[in-house]
Parts: sequence; C-alpha cells; structure tokens
Amino acid sequence: MTVFALVDANNFYASCEKLFDPRLAGKPVVVLSNNDGCVVARSAEAKALGVPMGAPWHQLRDLARREGIAAFSSNYPLYACMSNRLVEVLGQFCPRLEVYSIDESFLDLEGFALQDPEGLTGYGRKIRRRVRDWLGLHVCVGIGPTKTLAKLANHCAKKGLAGADGVCDFAVMTDGELTSLYHQISAGEVWGVGRKIAARLEDMGIKTVRELHDADPDTIRARFSVVLERTVRELRGVSCLNLEEMAPAKQQIMSSRSFGQYVYELAELREAVGSYMGKAAEKLRAQHSVAGAVQVHIRTNPFKPKEPQYQRTATVPLPSPTADTRELTAWALRLLDDMYKPGFAYQKAGVMLCELRPQSVVQGCLFSAPAVDEQSEALMRALDAINAKWGRGTLRSSAEGITKTWQMRRGNLSPAYTTSWEDVPCVRAI
Amino acid sequence: MSELQLAPPLAPMPCHAVLSDLWAARLPVLPCLIPLGLSPVAAGFPSPAADYEDRRLDVSEYLIRNPVSTFFFRVSGDSMVEAEIFDGDMLVVDRSVTPQHGHIVVAFLRGERLVKRLEKRGGGRVVLCSANQAYPDFEVSDADELVVWGVVVGKFKRLL
Repeated sequence: MTVFALVDANNFYASCEKLFDPRLAGKPVVVLSNNDGCVVARSAEAKALGVPMGAPWHQLRDLARREGIAAFSSNYPLYACMSNRLVEVLGQFCPRLEVYSIDESFLDLEGFALQDPEGLTGYGRKIRRRVRDWLGLHVCVGIGPTKTLAKLANHCAKKGLAGADGVCDFAVMTDGELTSLYHQISAGEVWGVGRKIAARLEDMGIKTVRELHDADPDTIRARFSVVLERTVRELRGVSCLNLEEMAPAKQQIMSSRSFGQYVYELAELREAVGSYMGKAAEKLRAQHSVAGAVQVHIRTNPFKPKEPQYQRTATVPLPSPTADTRELTAWALRLLDDMYKPGFAYQKAGVMLCELRPQSVVQGCLFSAPAVDEQSEALMRALDAINAKWGRGTLRSSAEGITKTWQMRRGNLSPAYTTSWEDVPCVRAI
Repeated sequence: MSELQLAPPLAPMPCHAVLSDLWAARLPVLPCLIPLGLSPVAAGFPSPAADYEDRRLDVSEYLIRNPVSTFFFRVSGDSMVEAEIFDGDMLVVDRSVTPQHGHIVVAFLRGERLVKRLEKRGGGRVVLCSANQAYPDFEVSDADELVVWGVVVGKFKRLL
C-alpha cells in the first residue's frame, strides 16, 4: 500500500526572518512581495491580528504602526538557503522525496512504518523534532495513502482539526473519524480544487470533502476533467499521482519583473531586458536545453488607466537554437528596439525563452554555422561556473548595465544571514 | 600545475616512415610550453607517490561536522576572551548538538543575540556566564524567554 507524507513549514518566510532576529520574538511579522507590494507571508501573531494574505501593504500601514508589525522585503537568498537545508534534513529520513514548493515536500514513506516503534506517526514526530532542533523551523506532517490525502492531512495538522503535535496520520484514524472530519472541511481545501472549481462543485451540491469523496468519479470526469476525477479517486485512497522526484525540464523559461520605479528611457529598458535574459539563459543552460525562439514584452501600468497605456509582445524564431547569452540577448534587444516607443511610463518588462529542446538533439541548419558551437559552449560553461562560485551577476554581459536604476524596490530587506560573509549575524559578547 | 617544461623535440624519423609520419615531420618543431602534470609520460619511472595521492585538507571539513545544521556568527565584544573567543572571531554554531552545562552557546535573551557559557545551577536556575572578569553574568529569570540558539563548536578568523 502506498503511503505519502507532506511536510510543510509553518509561516516559512516569516519564520526565517524570526529565526535570526531576537527582537522579533513574539512580534507580528509580515513579508512583502516583490517591490514591497503585498503581504505574501505572515507570522502567527500577524495572522492573529487579522492581516489578510495578499493585502496591499500601503493599506496596512496604520494597523502596522498601531500594532508594531514588522514588515520585510522578500529575502530570497535566506529563504532558498533554509529551504535547501530543510530538504536535506528530510532527505535523511526518506530518500524518495519530491520538492513541491519552497516550503513543502512530499515523502514516499512506503515501507518506513518499522522505522519507529510508534509507526509512521512516531516517524513524523521525529521529522518534526529534528527540523525544529536543527533548523529552528516548525513543520507540520500530514500522512495518507495518496498525495491528495497527505496534503489534506497536513491541512488538518496545521489547523489542529486532527492528529496531535503537528502530525496527522489518516492511517491510524477509523473510517468513522475520517467521515466526520471530511464533513467539517470544505471541498475547496482539497489539493487541485481551485476557487472556480469549488464554486461549480457547490452548484452541484458538493460543499464538503465528504461530498466530494462520495461523488461519482465518472460524473466528475464528464462535468469537469480527468484531473478532478483523479482527485476524487485519490480522496478514496486510490493513489493516482506518483512522486515526481525529478522536476521535468521546463517548456518555457520566463524572467520578468515590475520595476522599482517607472522607466522612460530605452537605455534603461535595454538594461532590464539584458538582465532578465542573463537570468533566463542561465536557467536554460542549467536544465541543458537550448531555445528556439525569444519573446520580449513591455508594458505600462494597467492599474493607472488615466496614464497613457502601451503594451507590446514580440517573438522571433531563431535561425538555430542556442543557449548563448550573447546571442539570446542580441535578439531580445533587437525586438525591444522595434517595440519601444518614447513618452510612456513603463512599469514592467520581461523575456521568455520558448521552443526549448534538449541541447543534445539540436538539428543543424543548412545555412548557418554548425549547430554545436564548442567555443560558445565553453564560454557559457565558464560564465556559469564563475557566477556559481563568486555569486550571481559577478560576470555578466555589458547589456545588463551597471547602475540598474530600474531594479526592484526592497526597502526592508533583512541581511543575507546565511549566504554572505558581510551579512553574517553578529553575536554580542557583552 | 604552475611548473612548465619544454616539450622534448620530435624523435628522429624511423626508416620505415609512412606518409603520416612525414606530415608530422614537416610541422615546425618549435619549443612549446606544456603544463607538467598534463603531459603523459610514456616511459621512465612512474612517480613512487602515485599510489598515495590523497585529497587536500579542507578547513571547512575540519570545522564543520554537520553542515546542514551549522550556521556562522561574528563576535562583537570581548566578554568571552578567557574562553578564547575574541572580538571579530567567526563562530561555528551547530544546532544539532544538544546544549549542555558548560557549553559555549549563542543565545537570544531580551532581544539580544549573545555568546555566553551556559551554566545550569541548582534549583533549575540557568545562568549565561561571561568569560571575562570585567563582565557580569546574566541570571535568567522565569520572565525571560531564553532561546539557546545553538552550540558553538569552533571558530575561525582571517588575519590578512
């Protein structure tokens, strides 16, 4: 029988901030999205104050001042470092693991029940304790015979609906207990049931997990999709979704951001597009792919309808697929130069690499240089190696520019405590 | 790999030379620099140390026993000098070590990050002790929410 666990860190971003800053103990903490726009993470104290997820920060300033809410810009180097450590600790408990998101992993625990005298529940508690001791993070563990049920069990553990001490194992609950538990949870909480689907289900009279569990899979398939049918079967304990240990290579790679302040000049837009392409091309090479087409988009701020609006997207197919930053950047800049119109306040730009294919199966072109350019590959390998060793952006194309006035606004960024020598936290010997 | 060596000149042409040898012989025989370690040695004595090659010593391996649970902190102040912890030292803090009486620890107390010696005294009292006569010890009261963050297992510093 299959057994999965979903391990999920509580309030992950906010917990990372609290971990290194003793002044935040017991205080409400929120973490803001790119450009300090919206709340993307809340500590338990901030949740208790009723700060909603996704709330625009400027609407919360009064509440924040009154209640002493500490707000941080997203510190991705810190979160990524702690996330990698979390995955490493989980990997010590179970080698078959799927990193589902920055703070959630599925473990395939089939055959692990004998690892602990208290079975998988005890094993889950051990995982929780180790993560707390070693990393200072609190996780919840949900255990069930399918991934969908493991995710639901995790929800129950987090909300205190079932289980104890942050561990909820559906396998040790009776059918009666599960039925009454499912009755309390709305169908929208189930993995893969979004807001729209939940609304349509409700129209059919399916409001709770129990009703979704009891729904006829064939009807669900006919009315919705095979995906939702699978969800119903998974709720019934039939495992349909396997662990995805290797993330499949991406079909498209996107790199785009809103600017920290409006951008008017072509020169600055070129820098931004050059930078985004640098990042996208690095990701492209990391998955050993080449791109067959380049897309660039720019736009003004659609939320300021009184300002003059302009937006364009353009794509160019490449004569032969490549992963060379120089070539990809040159094409992107050519597209940008054609699209750019002066007199607009640009708010966002981005690049997308499309028609990705493995580097190893590139079709040569009759009229252009050989498809495999060893010099280019060697140069790009050197570029990536240097940036891996000395930090992202150490070596970059001059198209990326030096000043980067358009960069994200990150006014309340905490130090990169774990990834930069300059930012290593001080301890006082007083 | 920094040592360089002159490549040996080409051997004299054997009498049964074939076309490819003649082609090779027409190449200009210029002295060229070849990194020593990369040139295969076809004859002669192999290095007597070849079978004893080992990896180089890695200082982080020496300092860090459990990388996943290890974090660094920089010391500011001199209240721990008698424990050989000086201003500017970088501390290696391993959270997988269970804090015990006598350990030097990083602790969060009253909104401060501190480095102190952990002492457990009678009656369940906990004291964060300094290792310098000029500094007081911190008696931890019930009202304090002491967090013993991790155990200091080593330290390092660059001098230049």
